[in-house]
Amino acid sequence: MKRYSAFAIAREALRYHTGWERAWGNPEPKKRYDVVIVGAGGHGLATAFYLGKNFGITNVAVIEKGWLGGGNTGRNTTIIRSNYLQDPSAAIYEKSRSLYETMSQDVNMNVMFSPRGVIMLAQTHHEVRGYERTAHANALQGVDTTFIGPEKVKELVPIINIDGPRYPVLGGLWQPRGGTARHDAVAWGYARACAGMGMDIIQNCAVQGVETEGGQVKAVNTTKGRIECGKLALVVAGHSSDLAEMAGFRLPIESVALQALVSEPIKPCMDVVVMANTVHGYMSQSDKGEMVIGGGTDGFNNYTQRGSFHHIEETVRALVETFPMISRLKMLRQWGGIVDMTGDRSPIISKTPVGNIFVNCGWGTGGFKAIPGSGWAMAELVAKGEPGPLAAEFGVDRFREGRFIDESVAAGVAH
Amino acid sequence: MLILTCPYCGVEADETELAPGGEAHLKRATVGDSDEAFEAYLFDRANPKGVHFERWRHAYGCGKWFLAARHTVTLEVYGTYKAQTPEPTKEIVAAIKKRLPEWEGRG
Ligand SMILES: Cc1cc2nc3c(=O)[nH]c(=O)nc-3n(C[C@H](O)[C@H](O)[C@H](O)COP(=O)(O)OP(=O)(O)OC[C@H]3O[C@@H](n4cnc5c(N)ncnc54)[C@H](O)[C@@H]3O)c2cc1C
Ligand SMILES: [Zn+2]
Repeated sequence: MKRYSAFAIAREALRYHTGWERAWGNPEPKKRYDVVIVGAGGHGLATAFYLGKNFGITNVAVIEKGWLGGGNTGRNTTIIRSNYLQDPSAAIYEKSRSLYETMSQDVNMNVMFSPRGVIMLAQTHHEVRGYERTAHANALQGVDTTFIGPEKVKELVPIINIDGPRYPVLGGLWQPRGGTARHDAVAWGYARACAGMGMDIIQNCAVQGVETEGGQVKAVNTTKGRIECGKLALVVAGHSSDLAEMAGFRLPIESVALQALVSEPIKPCMDVVVMANTVHGYMSQSDKGEMVIGGGTDGFNNYTQRGSFHHIEETVRALVETFPMISRLKMLRQWGGIVDMTGDRSPIISKTPVGNIFVNCGWGTGGFKAIPGSGWAMAELVAKGEPGPLAAEFGVDRFREGRFIDESVAAGVAH
Repeated sequence: MLILTCPYCGVEADETELAPGGEAHLKRATVGDSDEAFEAYLFDRANPKGVHFERWRHAYGCGKWFLAARHTVTLEVYGTYKAQTPEPTKEIVAAIKKRLPEWEGRG
């Protein structure tokens, strides 16, 4: 595979762009792979990437029922931060955030990581106390965050209304190294790097059944036929219960719709990400100038990738109150994704009741930021058969043991 | 917008008038049960792509809890029924079978 570089752009410009290769192939499935990964979202592709890069395992297929990156990875609002409360979360999210810093070089594709800073607004006294606590926890964990006052918030975000009538801004948790990245490029970059290592990315191929023998995985049955595998990784976000059912077990997961929307493009007006958990909305500005907006999930199980309209109304109402200047902005597009919610709002990276089947799911409304760290931890679990230090606390057995990693506050608003 | 009929007061309520309450017909684990039984009761969910039995509360109406059968992919509602029933009623099962003859029942 030829490298992307400034030199390559110049070379191709001189020969009318006739020399670019396909970024990844379109292979027919082989009869057998050492590892089959179901789901070509960011987490599945990152798992494949680190299986190759960290463990030299390259006889790998990533199987995707639609197009790669067409699930939540291509539907999210791309907020990247690591200011969680509990130690296991801080470890994996901070690992992930730091891997984002070098991802463009690691995969040789510009993922447009933009560490522009993330503010989580405190709009009640309860939230002030909560975020001060998080800032202290982050200091102990080595995650760079500070609690800032309302004047500093106003300085960073001139368009914000800090003395709204209902919920004045009392301060905020500020993570200067947080930010955003280009979601499609993350999926494409990993896919291209995996193809470059000789892995097969098989799109338009739905897994319809899982074959087991004596409590061990044997093969998957797909719309492109039967594919044998030594190990199987289920990395399908909102569809995890469906795949678990095929393999004969249940997960502590419920699937609900989460929506986002973008406005018409406007001139640069806000160069940080702002999240307002009390009023339930958040906003950032894309490089194209669109305001990227997200809000809350529906409360009922749903697989339609459409959310209920009243959530859009609630989100927009909250944000108009916080940023009065957006009140006449036209919205261009709205969409939904199916997110996989766990009871403690923390993910599952785990062995399962079936031998050599592993799951990575439960990232819910906030797993884009976790893609590289999750892939790193999942690759280790799949390669060694046992979790390493990053994944150890995220086993599914924590629900039986009452060992929750409670992030319902850190993940207060869906993101 | 999702619309459900409250089986108590008969009101056809929009989802904004209702509060969702998760999977219905869970069997409560109790004193002496195993950790697995508690785990299953508290956390493991069917979360099906298909017919889902679920709890709702007529929060901004009569305030009562009731149950509904709904398809999670088409969002079709097969009907609602009162909460004081440990299993889906005969009527609701018939209503589902009428629309989905191949449906195999609750997994
Ligand atoms: C509106 C919205 C906003 C969000 N905002 C943020 C944010 O700001 N920051 C953040 O960190 N996170 C955010 N998230 C969450 C984030 O998008 C997800 O946690 C993350 O993208 C999950 O990645 P994944 O690879 O696990 O899943 P996905 O990208 O959904 O990939 C799973 C793949 O599995 C495939 N699949 C499913 N079933 C099968 C089958 N039977 N056979 C084959 N393939 C199958 C699907 O087609 C899909 O492509 C948001 C999510 C949404 C919906
Ligand atoms: Zn009622």
